[in-house]
Amino acid sequence: MAEVTLRKLNKRFDGFHAVKDVDLDIRDREFVVLVGPSGCGKTTTLRMIAGLEAVSDGEIRIDDSVVNEVPPMDRDIAMVFQNYALYPHMSVAANMAFGLKMRKFERSEIDQRIRRAAGILGIESLLDRKPRQLSGGQRQRVALGRAIVRDPKVFLFDEPLSNLDAKLRVQMRVELKKLHERLAVTSVYVTHDQVEAMTLGDRVVVMKDGVVQQVGEPLTLYNNPANRFVAGFIGSPAMNFADVTLRESNGRMAAEADGLRIELPPELAARARAHTGAKAILGIRPENIHVATAGDAPEHCFDAGIEVVEQLGSEILLDTRVGPALFVASIEPTLQVRPHDKLRLALRPERLHLFDAQSEQAI
Amino acid sequence: MIEGALWRRWVFYNIPLALFVFVLLFPFYWMIITSFRPDGELYRPWNAVNYMPFWTNHPTLEHFRYLFEETDFGRWMVNTMFIAATSTLISLFCGVLAGYALARLNFPWAGSLGTLIFITYLVPQTLLFIPLAEIIRDFRLGDSPWSLILTYPTFLIPFCTWLMMGYFKAIPKELEECARIDGASRWKAMLYIVIPVAVPGILSSGIIAFTLSWNEFIYALVFLSSPQEKTVAVGVTSELIRGDVFFWGSLMAGALLGSVPVAIVYSFFVEHYVSGLTGSVKG
Repeated sequence: MAEVTLRKLNKRFDGFHAVKDVDLDIRDREFVVLVGPSGCGKTTTLRMIAGLEAVSDGEIRIDDSVVNEVPPMDRDIAMVFQNYALYPHMSVAANMAFGLKMRKFERSEIDQRIRRAAGILGIESLLDRKPRQLSGGQRQRVALGRAIVRDPKVFLFDEPLSNLDAKLRVQMRVELKKLHERLAVTSVYVTHDQVEAMTLGDRVVVMKDGVVQQVGEPLTLYNNPANRFVAGFIGSPAMNFADVTLRESNGRMAAEADGLRIELPPELAARARAHTGAKAILGIRPENIHVATAGDAPEHCFDAGIEVVEQLGSEILLDTRVGPALFVASIEPTLQVRPHDKLRLALRPERLHLFDAQSEQAI
Repeated sequence: MIEGALWRRWVFYNIPLALFVFVLLFPFYWMIITSFRPDGELYRPWNAVNYMPFWTNHPTLEHFRYLFEETDFGRWMVNTMFIAATSTLISLFCGVLAGYALARLNFPWAGSLGTLIFITYLVPQTLLFIPLAEIIRDFRLGDSPWSLILTYPTFLIPFCTWLMMGYFKAIPKELEECARIDGASRWKAMLYIVIPVAVPGILSSGIIAFTLSWNEFIYALVFLSSPQEKTVAVGVTSELIRGDVFFWGSLMAGALLGSVPVAIVYSFFVEHYVSGLTGSVKG
């Protein structure tokens, strides 16, 4: 049971401003994911919460007490590291017991907690082994177990799945989600993988260059990205962007580029009107583009030259050239197309995004 | 492994290896055989009919008897053991702490301090013994084991520090961070996590430090003078070479017995030692 609050949090290394004015309220029992490209300050932020990095400026509160100066051991947190950081000279059971021994728990209590955690994670049979005798997935579970037995106020995860192979990663992701539902402990999770962020997070914090770009529930980020960076970072394959100019003719707003003219739907047009004549960036996700049919309004259709066809089985990803821009479209797997074909595509106008060309903020 | 024709295996692998092994082991063989040969054979001229330098048909323990009965060899062994073990322990204690501090604690000049310590290791003992001799005299430590126990660390501590610094740096920082989150203070994290993980490194530097002080010659020669205070290396060479007379049999017997403890130490820890030198820490 804990809330974590970050207020104007800053971290400066020698001449490098790694984390800039991060404000964040993590609610009790919430699973918050910090996501961003490498070097965006997400891990540094997590390490400051853990107490492993000193805070340059600002405030970290766990519940109501400011913990800036509290050493890691007194913060009542548990952390799972990317390389698991299992103590190599101790058995699995001793690894899990270490934190409890340091806190002077009774032997019986320690045993009971280890058995419970091992039961939750299905590692009862591994308790006597040394870490080097375990597979990657098993080490991961032991690292989780070591965090669970402590029954801490807050769990911190630093890219815990990135050392696992793709299949195991998906499996552990599901287990982590189940685990969080079962334990309901406030969790902060750092990853560079937006899929992990989307699937695990109650809320997702997108960071870039030490600055929080947007905080929101996964779908909010997906449907209403605050800026071009968030739009491009969240979602796979990534959103398509095209440099356009906003023009008004006959009272209707349109985004224009060479060989592309898309009329904006009323709601977006209303917001875009203030930017008439200005440059902007048009964004549309691959799954919101489809092969044009008779039912599509001509003002939402455009011609595309196919450059690459990626058949994924469940869908086809088409890399197409639209005027000066490259668009990826996700279309029905049954379509028969080849590179260099011409195709008429249509987009769903209500799914269009517009970003200011200078500030890159959503219009 | 060498690929290809059989002759290539012989020319590039088997023969060079055999030569190497021969060159390496021959002095030991020479030492062993000499210590068991009677004086009559040892001093036989090379052109005598029954001259047989590499073998003996009359092995004798006479040289060993001489060593123990006519010289203070037993005493020298005890001295050397005490001096080497004590100075190794002192150096390990300082080296582990200093190496940890240089590898892990952030303080200004940590990097340059590390290099500086290494440079002190490079100052040759053959120069350093001159000022040290003066210090030993001023502290009235001459002719006592403490003159060596306190001076050997001058080269052993930099050595251990440097080795341990490298070893600590190879241990993932997360281990310690994890321990500190788990509720350990920095001191406890070092005691319960870092040092146990560093045991191979500590053993390696301990073995090398022990060997260095066991074999040390110049300080022992300068700082000790009475026969019963001497170490093996100095005792054997100073008491068994009288003027231009070499007591070859006893000399070799002394050398042989003198190398036994080091050989035992090595073979006992060889497993840890090898993994320490190759620095394998896996999470």
